[in-house]
Amino acid sequence: MIKVADLVKNFGDLKVLKNINTHIEKGEVVVIVGPSGSGKSTFLRCLNLLEEPTGGQIVFEGKNITDKNANINLLRQNIGMVFQQFNLFPHMTVLENITLSPIKIKNMSKAESEKIAMDLLKQVGLEDKAKTYPNQLSGGQKQRIAIVRALAMSPDVMLFDEPTSALDPEMVGEVLEVMKNLAKQGMTMIVVTHEMGFAKEVGTRLMFMDDGKIVEEGKPKEIFNNPEHHRTKEFLRKVL
Amino acid sequence: MNFSFLPKYYPFFIIGAKNTVLLALFAVALGVVLGVVLALMRISKNKIFNFISTAYVEIIRGTPVMVQIFIIYYGLPFDFPSIGFLGSNSEEFIAGVVALSINSGAYVAEIIRSGIQSVDKGQMEAARSLGMPYSTAMRYIIVPQAFKNILPALGNEFIVVIKESAIVSVIGINELMYNANTVRGNTFIPLEPLIVAAAIYFILTFTLSKLLGLVERRLKVSD
Repeated sequence: MIKVADLVKNFGDLKVLKNINTHIEKGEVVVIVGPSGSGKSTFLRCLNLLEEPTGGQIVFEGKNITDKNANINLLRQNIGMVFQQFNLFPHMTVLENITLSPIKIKNMSKAESEKIAMDLLKQVGLEDKAKTYPNQLSGGQKQRIAIVRALAMSPDVMLFDEPTSALDPEMVGEVLEVMKNLAKQGMTMIVVTHEMGFAKEVGTRLMFMDDGKIVEEGKPKEIFNNPEHHRTKEFLRKVL
Repeated sequence: MNFSFLPKYYPFFIIGAKNTVLLALFAVALGVVLGVVLALMRISKNKIFNFISTAYVEIIRGTPVMVQIFIIYYGLPFDFPSIGFLGSNSEEFIAGVVALSINSGAYVAEIIRSGIQSVDKGQMEAARSLGMPYSTAMRYIIVPQAFKNILPALGNEFIVVIKESAIVSVIGINELMYNANTVRGNTFIPLEPLIVAAAIYFILTFTLSKLLGLVERRLKVSD
């Protein structure tokens, strides 16, 4: 579904990603872990071109999205993204947050998009919040809304950029629960996180990144129990 | 205090006030249009646009408005057209509006630029990640939020323009300040006509700032 070949990203002289190669299949839940500054978030943000790669190729559903002529707006409709800081639109109600893109970009009718939004809100237990503004919600509620907003475009893959890092500890669970359900429904997911429990339980593949490279990848349980690379060992010893 | 001139001379103040409001209205309207263009040039990735906009803002902010008015009125090698409904000195009036809006545009540009840049950059990223093109994201996400940040400063700029428009009296536009001076000359009363003018300026700006406060509170619902 997503093929990444020789992906390179530099910020000025700083080499953040050094030749990333990987292949992500439909239905996978890829969990990316690694120390801060290892390039995890940059890698994720390259996948929907929020960061423009310096070199290499990303092919999504058979289309080369790093090509200058690719219609990036069309491609992004199929790549949902959830941010650490939620990034809900504060001047709109929850319902407007969710329905704006389907209405404006997909030319969906208001009624249809609202029906989809309400169905999704029900799934995350927030249908009573449809008319409220984001500033009246808790962090966990905001993040669940942000997930719903991305899902309303019915994407083929969801990117999560440290979705629980900005949350109070007691709210982490409710967001992970939503993500777990999403994985169960067969959504392809790529998740940058520090939640090792989630990685172990839900991840189909663990990707350990360090210093702009994928150092090790494989089944989460195997890597957790038997890491091969010394950087992986060192990292896991610190976080587990 | 001697306000005995009022029964005879009050029309001077009314005409003056009308012209001051007209002047400020046109100047702010054109200033905002100019300011939007300059602000968009400033935040664009085009280096030439960047340079033009930056240079414009620096030069206008770094020179006195009175010099700008004289340059526009006396210095330009063509005459401004006279337009009937603006009265007998419409040429001066147009020069005054042009000078004030050129001046105001520089300040408005800075207000708008900082307003747009004060919107968290995660907002643009979230909008783009949902598939919105840049222009759609600007229109529905960035500008509405920027507008809220901008409004107090923009209202303030409007008030500044009303007050600063007094300076275009130097090229003979019969706005409030010019007419107050006329009354002073005709009556040989030096102080009181100025007090009347000051009172009218204050009523104009105070009413405006109250109105703006009302609009701001309206926009605060989602905060």
